[in-house]
Amino acid sequence: MTLELPIVERNGGASRRDLLKASVIGGGLVLSFSIAPKAGAAGAGAQALNAYVRVAPDGIVTIMGKNPEIGQGIKTSLPMIIAEEMDVAWENVRIEQADCDPKLYGSQFAGGSLATPMNWDDLRKVGAVARAMLVSAAATAWNCPSGECKTDAGHVIHVATGRKAAYGALAGQCAGVAAPDPKTIPLKNAKDYKIVGKAKPQYDTKKIVTGQPLFGIDVRVPGMLYATYEKAPVFGAKVASANLDAARGVKGVKKVFVVDGTTNLSGLLPGVAVVADSWWAARKARNQLNTQWADHPTSKQSSAGFNARAAELAASPPQMNLRKDGDVDAALKGAARTVEAAYSYPFLAHTPLEPQNTTAHFKDGKLEIWAPTQNPQPGRQLVAATLGIKVDDITVHMTRCGGGFGRRLSNDYMVEAAWIAREAGVPVKLLWTREDDMRHDYYRPAGYHYFKGGVDDKGNIVAWQDHFVTFGEGEKLASSAGMGGTEFPSRFVPNCKIDQSIIPLSVPTGPLRAPGSNALAFVNQSFIDELAIAAKADPLAFRMKLLGDAPLVGAGPSAYNAGRMKGVLAAVEKMSGWAGRSKLPKGTGMGVAFHYSHAGYFAEVVQATVTPATGAIKVDKVWIAADVGRQIVNPAGALNQVQGAALEGLSHALYQKITIEGGAAKQSNFGDYPLLRMAAAPPVEVKFVITDYPPTGLGEPALPPVIPALTNAIFAATGKRIRDLPIDTKQLKA
Amino acid sequence: MAYKLNVNGKVLEADVDPDTPLLWALRDTLGILGPKFGCGVAQCGACTVHIDGKATRSCVYPVSAVGDKQVATIEAMEHHPIGKKVQAAWMDLDVAQCGYCQPGQIMAATALLAKTPKPTDADIDSAMTNICRCATYTRIRAAIKQASGQKVTA
Repeated sequence: MTLELPIVERNGGASRRDLLKASVIGGGLVLSFSIAPKAGAAGAGAQALNAYVRVAPDGIVTIMGKNPEIGQGIKTSLPMIIAEEMDVAWENVRIEQADCDPKLYGSQFAGGSLATPMNWDDLRKVGAVARAMLVSAAATAWNCPSGECKTDAGHVIHVATGRKAAYGALAGQCAGVAAPDPKTIPLKNAKDYKIVGKAKPQYDTKKIVTGQPLFGIDVRVPGMLYATYEKAPVFGAKVASANLDAARGVKGVKKVFVVDGTTNLSGLLPGVAVVADSWWAARKARNQLNTQWADHPTSKQSSAGFNARAAELAASPPQMNLRKDGDVDAALKGAARTVEAAYSYPFLAHTPLEPQNTTAHFKDGKLEIWAPTQNPQPGRQLVAATLGIKVDDITVHMTRCGGGFGRRLSNDYMVEAAWIAREAGVPVKLLWTREDDMRHDYYRPAGYHYFKGGVDDKGNIVAWQDHFVTFGEGEKLASSAGMGGTEFPSRFVPNCKIDQSIIPLSVPTGPLRAPGSNALAFVNQSFIDELAIAAKADPLAFRMKLLGDAPLVGAGPSAYNAGRMKGVLAAVEKMSGWAGRSKLPKGTGMGVAFHYSHAGYFAEVVQATVTPATGAIKVDKVWIAADVGRQIVNPAGALNQVQGAALEGLSHALYQKITIEGGAAKQSNFGDYPLLRMAAAPPVEVKFVITDYPPTGLGEPALPPVIPALTNAIFAATGKRIRDLPIDTKQLKA
Repeated sequence: MAYKLNVNGKVLEADVDPDTPLLWALRDTLGILGPKFGCGVAQCGACTVHIDGKATRSCVYPVSAVGDKQVATIEAMEHHPIGKKVQAAWMDLDVAQCGYCQPGQIMAATALLAKTPKPTDADIDSAMTNICRCATYTRIRAAIKQASGQKVTA
């Protein structure tokens, strides 16, 4: 049941860095310089310079957005990189969303905050090569060497004579011309950037604010019907009986049928499909089904059972060891002070606001799909394998996604739509209810950590022991349920032991924004805080000391740049006024935490106030210092991502929990699975610390530290330590 | 049953069951796709429209209850004196991430400003109950302040 996804997996599977390396070195740059303009593409007469770029006679440059847009702003920021090197005026750029086409675009997915690091070099070359072709066309016409020409805002200029030609006039001369070798083409110096590093609104912002159809749910195809699909609350249970005729009797219903499905929890699960002339008719008919589900071996699973099993495992010898440095037992005995604590966090659902949907049309053996997906290529393969048709006979159009957060890396809804559309014989839009979404997710796995730690009398951590109880089958971990042996603070503590035990699980799990990190930062940065308090130290200074004096710890993919972390920690100390926190009123406290993930270094401070009578928490403010290298591609989008990720982390901490009962998810909608709303959203102040490292992604790494920064702030405010999420405010009553 | 609905200044006919939520009459029958489906239980506000100027969650508002009331959707806000200012502020501050909730947020903000031209933070907190899953609340608040001609601090 582990999903094979191009995202961070800590134990087993390729690491994010491996994937990054494979993509960049192993032919990530796909330059198809001879393709013809797409039939029917905007800008008649436009000349394609490569798979990404078309130039029209009027100078309008159309750039393809290669990756799925899920709200991370990538449809805008990747074309900015191409436009910068091409030297075109941004107002003359038009962006089109590419279809799923790995032959033209290589990897196309939204995950792991990888789009910027994986595409930064390649797309700069795409733009630079296109520019070089236009310069070469002008130089040929002027009978001069290319080196005598410069470019500016969509024009080639002959420096000596001042002759000037517009890209639109030159592009036609590039037809059939071989592209130069990208290695021979110089890239711009960052100081000359006119687009990259400048705040650009999202390309689709006007369409968004005027309500134009952009999303998967808005797709309309002539002759299209609407479908709903009912699956068992117990994951994978088969249909025992359903009153299909009652559903067929509802006005507007066209087809009702049982789908046997497969046993693959990431694929087509068994269920009942209702197809009607409107979604509401299908939805009403579904209420008539009275579906009974066959017994299923996993129907006894429950969160209560997992909790009990975790406690048993904690009291037993661990099943495996992930890391052992020094002698933890001896160090604990010799420590000036020791702390022991048990932490836990729950399953979480993703709940992107646009419910899962896909429109599919099966005709003459070929399938056309319109889907809001983060991961179209595996989706296409899943559909091909399940329906028994060829991958090449499936076209996947990527629509804008109403949120992703990792949920749409799985394509279960895509394969359902494809199957139903083939059965229906007409185009079908499958749309899930919110309840379908919340009860059929690939949940962030729950987890348990049993810590022992010790400090010496100089404020150093001398012993760190974590018995991590997680989920899987045998020794194989559930998706996103793993922890590496290099997780901080290992390597920074001389005596360190990390063990692991596994509880069997048949609940589907998967990556949720900053997978692994969104839970591990909470437990590790909280327990570090406990040790700081035990050492009677300033929690921020204690962390600074823990990071040590070596700038780089470890090597290769697991290297940890302590120098960069100290840089953001120092920055957030200053921004937040940490030194003055003793002047805060009673009941108000500041907490700090940091975390490295997705190649980004983040340190965050939260100020929170707890009302003694009720235990109610008010988050007053969040400060974030971020280091993602030397270049922020689009500062407007970057700030939005960081603020949003931090506020999402507050939702995790304050509200969210999926409970498994009777093998099924208990929660079903935003009433019992709340999200942060305006009234609870604090200001989030962000500073990007610029360092001379390659630019990396921002979708995820801001999220993890905010959770322990909040729980540490609550400790500072109340003296009460939060060790289980979500926070139980009853425990905070004075 | 055929209902005559006054939507965005036009009378449109929707032949749907009386219990059909206005949202689905708008989206599936009339092809007005700006109002979004998010939860179906009036929790998230992605489906917010104006009914006689009042921000209303159309996913639980039966079409039979509309009668001759005036329905306005995000599609009409470009011609709404306050709505267009709200949209302009939303674009200027680049509020959206995924954008899915923003039509509903703009409808809620426009209704707020129609009633309270200079809303305080507390007014914004109590009126803006729509969910933004991407949590763009910082910019939503700033855009409301900007559209109402107040100083933007965020």
